[in-house]
Amino acid sequence: MTENLNVFAVRTLTQKEYFAPGHRSCQGCAEALAVRLVAKALGRNVIIANATGCMEIVSSPLPYTSWRVPWFHVAFENTAAVASGIESALKVLMRKGRIPHKKIITLAMAGDGGTADIGLQALSGALERGHNFLYICTDNEAYMNTGIQRSSSTPFGASTTTSPVGRVQMGQITWKKNMPAIAAAHNIPYVATACPSYPIDLVQKVKKAGDIEGPAYVHILSVCPTGWRSAPELSIKLGRLAVETGIFPLYEVERGQYRLNIDFPKLKPIKEYIKLQGRFRHLTDDVIGEIEKRVHREYEQLKEKASKGV
Amino acid sequence: MTKPESEWTWKELPVGNVVLEPGNASQYRTGDWKTLKPILNKDLCIHCGLCYIYCPDMAYNLSEENYFIADLFYCKGCGICAKECPTGAITMVLEEEEK
Amino acid sequence: MEVSIAAAEAVKQANVDVISAYPITPQTHIVEHLSELVANGEFDAEFFCVESEHSALSVCVGAAATGARTFTCTSSQGLALMSEITYIASGLRLPMLMIIANRTISSPLSIWNDHSDTMSIRDCGWIQFFVENGQEVYDHVFAAYRLAEDRNVLFPVIINMDGFILSHVIEPIEMIKQEKVDQFLPPYQPLHRLHPDRPVTMGAFALPSIFAETKKAQEEALRSSMPKIIETWKAFGDMTGRYYHPVETYKTEDADTLLVTMGSCSETASVAVDKMREEGRSVGLVKIRLWRPFPFDDLKKAALHAKQLVVIDRAISVGACGPVASEVKAALYGSDQRPSVYNFVAGISGRDVTPSDFVKMVDKAEIEIEEGNKEGFEIYGVRG
Repeated sequence: MTENLNVFAVRTLTQKEYFAPGHRSCQGCAEALAVRLVAKALGRNVIIANATGCMEIVSSPLPYTSWRVPWFHVAFENTAAVASGIESALKVLMRKGRIPHKKIITLAMAGDGGTADIGLQALSGALERGHNFLYICTDNEAYMNTGIQRSSSTPFGASTTTSPVGRVQMGQITWKKNMPAIAAAHNIPYVATACPSYPIDLVQKVKKAGDIEGPAYVHILSVCPTGWRSAPELSIKLGRLAVETGIFPLYEVERGQYRLNIDFPKLKPIKEYIKLQGRFRHLTDDVIGEIEKRVHREYEQLKEKASKGV
Repeated sequence: MTKPESEWTWKELPVGNVVLEPGNASQYRTGDWKTLKPILNKDLCIHCGLCYIYCPDMAYNLSEENYFIADLFYCKGCGICAKECPTGAITMVLEEEEK
Repeated sequence: MEVSIAAAEAVKQANVDVISAYPITPQTHIVEHLSELVANGEFDAEFFCVESEHSALSVCVGAAATGARTFTCTSSQGLALMSEITYIASGLRLPMLMIIANRTISSPLSIWNDHSDTMSIRDCGWIQFFVENGQEVYDHVFAAYRLAEDRNVLFPVIINMDGFILSHVIEPIEMIKQEKVDQFLPPYQPLHRLHPDRPVTMGAFALPSIFAETKKAQEEALRSSMPKIIETWKAFGDMTGRYYHPVETYKTEDADTLLVTMGSCSETASVAVDKMREEGRSVGLVKIRLWRPFPFDDLKKAALHAKQLVVIDRAISVGACGPVASEVKAALYGSDQRPSVYNFVAGISGRDVTPSDFVKMVDKAEIEIEEGNKEGFEIYGVRG
């Protein structure tokens, strides 16, 4: 269904690349693809505040830059605060007539570590203050840039260098933090999840989020072959499987109203997703079964919210 | 052409180390990284553009004959395009060493 | 008026665009008054109370990079929390102003005044002033912005004012007419700004092969901002009749012993100097106003002729000595003829330093040095 739509609609996207080739990401990096698509969605009238992380490092080794739009990296945990500063400067400078009035989108981009862990405070503050900006979290489910350490976004059971598989503990022992729910709890106008394996959906959501007045949050699953120990050519397939198994459902929350973007008559078994990734290879069938139960339960809860228009 | 970082003197650096040339990373040949490279079978291609849209390295460009052609200057050989091509028109082959 | 109010009024007169701050004693009166001015429509600026000091400075960095004139203020723990960003703001060469209402850094927790907070960011690369009284706080707001935004400077600036001792006292302040301020301080014209019309990348990371060059560029720029600092102070003096200098001297010409102070205790020290002079003692006072870039030459000119210096620090580098004394000794070390330096740490966490305390310290220092102890260090006035 949506896959067929992708086949024909790709060429409706702009051919301009605001994220230039020559960046230093790994082969098959879906986070780089996500960033590429975000840049396409928003165009040239954007100012980006970016956290320290994979995307920042691969795109800005002095004296080179992959960015063809204004881009600013400050530190790890303050992306939302820097974006707040950019947004309010634009507002006041236009109000005082020091720069011409023009629609410029303020974009804050950070990884899962820079959003759910160290960046949570700044994000919460910026969402609460209601700045007119878009926050995008590119989630590769660990601190990949520093060598694959666990974050609160690492899924249950995943092996990382700080949640390794040992004799006493087997990988991540906590469940992935639900960042979209945290963002939605701030009662902001728009929250969405997206995945570069569904490029049209991603671009549409980012465009919509960029046009919203007030804060918007988009959470993008970014497959990382290096950290997930998967083959680079499978990055798109894995993203698709994450959606098809219900592990990463694609949905929007618009003014508190949930809407599931794709529903499947039957979710694929999560084993199809898990077996392609080395970070899960130690999981027994029992554990996989427990994980699947919880995934399905949460999926049903999401569907219920969507049906009620809650 | 931006010269590599090891050749800059301190006086040449812009104030605050700002990079003034947008997108100058495009001077960097990431194509040297690859082991495999994509080969297109034009007979099977349906011009859908999925290879182009799924490439994390923006290595595909539309040719005048309406085919998407991989730019080996950037292509890292990840194989996503070959995997996702709906008709199997792209195959990954070992890149021969330059003699 | 209360000095904090005067500081806020100066920020308003300086046409600041974005203010973001987090409340911490004793800076609170500044932000409270600023928010009142904005709420009453007397001041057109984007003002918000953010969720931490780290974010406060981050907001300023983002706003300054976009071309706005920004302001924040903090003390103690707040400064420690945002210290990461202070280094970044300087490396990015973004002009902005921060007023620090100096307060002790925990632990133990204390809300009272000393310089330990600002000493913790000594090396961060901002231009740093220490002021003596309320008028100087007000004046330096304008001087700071004009200096920071100068295309040949482009550094963030700190004004250190002693918490409570200055922030919460009522002093007579001579305000400057708005037309004069506008003439002295034109709108901010950034060298680089974040705007889609001219996309730039700020904050790129640097490999070891280029990092040393970036640091050299920053260091050279901070050092060579000295003539601009002098120039700005001169222009300010021409406008108001109040002239400021990196190092100021009081009755030092023929003095054998010189007190060296920084901050509000300088005024108290001058009273002590007067008293000692009346008793026929050969004492003078050297006041350091510019902390960074450190005025090595001015200090040498002011102090080299003396026999001994009594350096009063209001902070300790625990395990070493007082920071000001370290810099003073470094300044004098290269000279063949140089005075002995005796270092007192006094006024820690707001304990009053009275004129008679200064007399006692000079007495003690002179005796110790005569007995051969030329490099003394002690914390003054501790019981037990």
